[in-house]
Amino acid sequence: MSDTGFANLKFKTIVPEPPVEDPTKNTSLIVTENLRLFYGASQALKNISMSIRERMVTAFIGPSGCGKSTLLRCFNRMNDLIDHVRIEGGVKIGGQNIHGHDVDVIELRKRVGMVFQKSNPFPKSIYENIAYALRLHGMKEKADLDEAVEHSLRNAALWDEVKDRLHSSALGLSGGQQQRLCIARAIAIQPEIILMDEPASALDPLATGRVEDLILDLKKDFTIVIVTHNMQQAARISDYTAFFYIGELIEYDTTNKIFTNPANKQTEDYVTGRFG
Amino acid sequence: MPPKSPPPEAPFESALQRRRRWKLLIAKQDAVPWTFQSTTLGLDSKFFTGLTGFATFLILALLAVILGNIIFNGLPGLTWRFITSGTEKDMFDVNKAGILPMILGTAARVILMTIFVIPIGVITAIYLTEYAHSTSLYTRVIRGAVNNLAGVPSIVFGLFGLGFFINYVGGSMDALFNPVNAEPVWGKPAILWASLTLAVMTLPVVIVATEESLRAIPPGLREASLALGATKLETILRIVLPQALPGILTGGILSVSRAAGEVAPILFTGAAYYMATLPTHLYDQFMDLSYHVFILSTQSPNIEKTRPILYATVLALLMLTFALNIVAILIRARMRKRMRTLH
Amino acid sequence: MAKQDKRSVGWMGLKRGHRARPLEWIVEKFIFMVSLSAIVMVFLIFLFVAREALPVALGQTNSSLVKKTIAPDQMEKLSRTELMEYLELTPKQFAQMDKETLKDLMLVKVEAAAEAPNDKDAPLNTTTWSMLFKPHQWTGYDQPEYIWQPISQIHKYNLVPLIIGSLKTTLIALLFAVPLALAAAIYVSQLADPKTKEWLKPAIELLAGIPSVVLGFFALLVMASVMQAVFGYQSRLNAFVAGIALALAVIPVVFSIAEDALTSVPRSFTQAALALGSSKWQAAWKIVLPAAIPGVFAAVVLGFGRAIGETMVVLMASGNASIVSGSLFDSTRSMTATIAAELAETVFGGHHYRILFLIGALLFIVTFLSNMVADIVIHRLKAKLEGKA
Repeated sequence: MSDTGFANLKFKTIVPEPPVEDPTKNTSLIVTENLRLFYGASQALKNISMSIRERMVTAFIGPSGCGKSTLLRCFNRMNDLIDHVRIEGGVKIGGQNIHGHDVDVIELRKRVGMVFQKSNPFPKSIYENIAYALRLHGMKEKADLDEAVEHSLRNAALWDEVKDRLHSSALGLSGGQQQRLCIARAIAIQPEIILMDEPASALDPLATGRVEDLILDLKKDFTIVIVTHNMQQAARISDYTAFFYIGELIEYDTTNKIFTNPANKQTEDYVTGRFG
Repeated sequence: MPPKSPPPEAPFESALQRRRRWKLLIAKQDAVPWTFQSTTLGLDSKFFTGLTGFATFLILALLAVILGNIIFNGLPGLTWRFITSGTEKDMFDVNKAGILPMILGTAARVILMTIFVIPIGVITAIYLTEYAHSTSLYTRVIRGAVNNLAGVPSIVFGLFGLGFFINYVGGSMDALFNPVNAEPVWGKPAILWASLTLAVMTLPVVIVATEESLRAIPPGLREASLALGATKLETILRIVLPQALPGILTGGILSVSRAAGEVAPILFTGAAYYMATLPTHLYDQFMDLSYHVFILSTQSPNIEKTRPILYATVLALLMLTFALNIVAILIRARMRKRMRTLH
Repeated sequence: MAKQDKRSVGWMGLKRGHRARPLEWIVEKFIFMVSLSAIVMVFLIFLFVAREALPVALGQTNSSLVKKTIAPDQMEKLSRTELMEYLELTPKQFAQMDKETLKDLMLVKVEAAAEAPNDKDAPLNTTTWSMLFKPHQWTGYDQPEYIWQPISQIHKYNLVPLIIGSLKTTLIALLFAVPLALAAAIYVSQLADPKTKEWLKPAIELLAGIPSVVLGFFALLVMASVMQAVFGYQSRLNAFVAGIALALAVIPVVFSIAEDALTSVPRSFTQAALALGSSKWQAAWKIVLPAAIPGVFAAVVLGFGRAIGETMVVLMASGNASIVSGSLFDSTRSMTATIAAELAETVFGGHHYRILFLIGALLFIVTFLSNMVADIVIHRLKAKLEGKA
């Protein structure tokens, strides 16, 4: 890919080379084909074609308003909730077009979890926050619930901090704990994909570190797509990095390549901090 | 909950395996290939959405039936002559009755009311949004009082108007200005007292509407003005109030609409069953459109015969209050839209 | 200058600029004073309604028909104030009368006493608290009963039939209005798509714009006949008709407050629930509604206050017979309707007049309390949601 040639990107799905020799992690799970998204008259995403690999961490970077969060929200159709949004082109998960007629968006969201920028625990107890979705999806036995709650809290590295007050309000937790609770809540129902929209942007460095450790830990089980503003964070935790600028996918490659030897001048300017 | 942690060296279990073990209901969970076809789980959602939607529809249907009935039956009687003539002969005579004095009386009392209620309501709202600390005790108490005032039964306002304005204020004025033996001038039901009673009653409407529009103004605007060296008062008068004008207007219109339809507060404070002349002084009584609806519905010697004028009077009253309401709703909707774009 | 610096922090929460500006200062104080008007008004309402009712509350009124009389020729022996009190005259009325008139009045008193009914009820003071609230066995009745008959020869002022009448219509109104209004609030705030919501909300709020006298008129002329034809009960105007008509007045109150409470629950809760794969209804029912439940409670409480305080609808549609009965299809008389219907016919300052004010004071207290409860509950809800949103 050369500086001048990224018009080609619009027509070719970018599938970067795998960084590891693990055939199980080689399949493309999320594929977008010429995805275009409009808010009313303005176009927020321009012909995004990319392929996201299974059980890898893929980071979306780019300046504010570049469309990275919008793209993320396409993957579990949270954009449906916004008025006047029009989507053209396709998003396929596991080969299924998620905007198809027979797609039940609720089934989709059960398998594509999401963690939001601002932690948003329900105004219920810690236990109920996690048990809510489990009950919703058919888990009834108290023993199963207990196990699943504990399992997700352990996975979210929160168990030791809250095990003595599982039934007190989740709103009493600190910001970092709340965010990890939201992650625990998202992984409790065992989705295959977890979308994270700047999960650490509102946290202090210590809490951010814990969330990052957690993401690395979750990688063996889940496919993770993370939007971040923080270059170092993307470099630390992701296997692949995609750089967006004003609704376009500028460059998408292994994190190592993006941060050490980007093909595109804009990408280089951005990751080295000379941009914006 | 007893700690029941899995053994530390547990064999690897994938998300899908765990999901099966936990019996989480995912559509066609054994089909590892991705399918998102809907399951029966969505059914209750559709059912309850339908149920609540039906309740909403039922309320609207009731509204439509009432309005439709009144418009259908009232329109034929609402002739130009009916609106523009008085009731010199007989208010129950279909061919001779008219409602002009009632319309004028109602208009006079609500206009008089706005003169009292708008300044006080707007100033209170300015205090609450611009000066008071939102957490201070005074703000809490004022807000509580405003909410309380909004909930006081209208008939109690009528008693208050009689006990305070007529007996106390009016009685004192008579004692001051008139010789002892004269007939009471102020200490009796009058349009002034009815208007004042209604002003007290609609105070919360004006305060709430004005407050909402004041809060919709971005704080940056005030800060910008203050940063230019304007005083707080100058900022309020020149920046804040002009922006809040639609809200103040809405409050005024809503209070007029609310007051125009009220009967209970004016029953003892000024409304007259019949008057040969229009009120010319603040201490005169007046005939009133909404009170007239009450008279026609309950005092008519032959309800079947007077039905046309009753319906026409109701329609006239409804048109008055509804027209005002719709104007207020439109202004408010525009204001809210602007607020969304500003923030 | 040092002095001014000290004064730069304002009085009663009013902050002012660092340089003292007299005009600014005066205007601020003025604005503050005016803003107190709402508090003053609530206070005055209670004060002046209660003031008229106070003699009854303190047991100073006496409706007994058999009273100690003084012969007219004893007039000279009485002092001015004693005479005034005896003849139940105000100072102004007293000043207007000459001696002859006063003597005549005294004569009338004596004659009235002579004509007083001779049964055992005549000497009763029917304005005591126990007569107002406890049943009494009147002459000609087999058992103690609650009776409101203020115009009869022996004034019967028992408030229980009126309280029951008010509660009956209120209960019917709430049973009908609350489920409908709450369902509509959930639908409009959570389930309807935004475009529908934009016109649904103002459309339902239009219901609040119908004056209560028009609702009363509609109940009286249309609903009463239709419902009698459907249900086939005896009296055309009754608690049921009034209750249903009242529900139309209550629906917008419950709806708009509940809708506000539901909307004030942060969108992020709904989003989180949806991202977890719950349907819109599940998110609304299991997440949003529990979070907003205090607001919903407040909506019901305020709906109650509106229903019990509504006058015209009940006055026109309930039939206004003060019967104590358990049937919803009997005619009934509410506290508000009683005030509206009877106050104009009372003697100014008489016991009937004062008892009507007492009813008004009771209504004020009931609505004041329900408002206060709702106010506190909503305040707590806001603090809870805003603190952690």
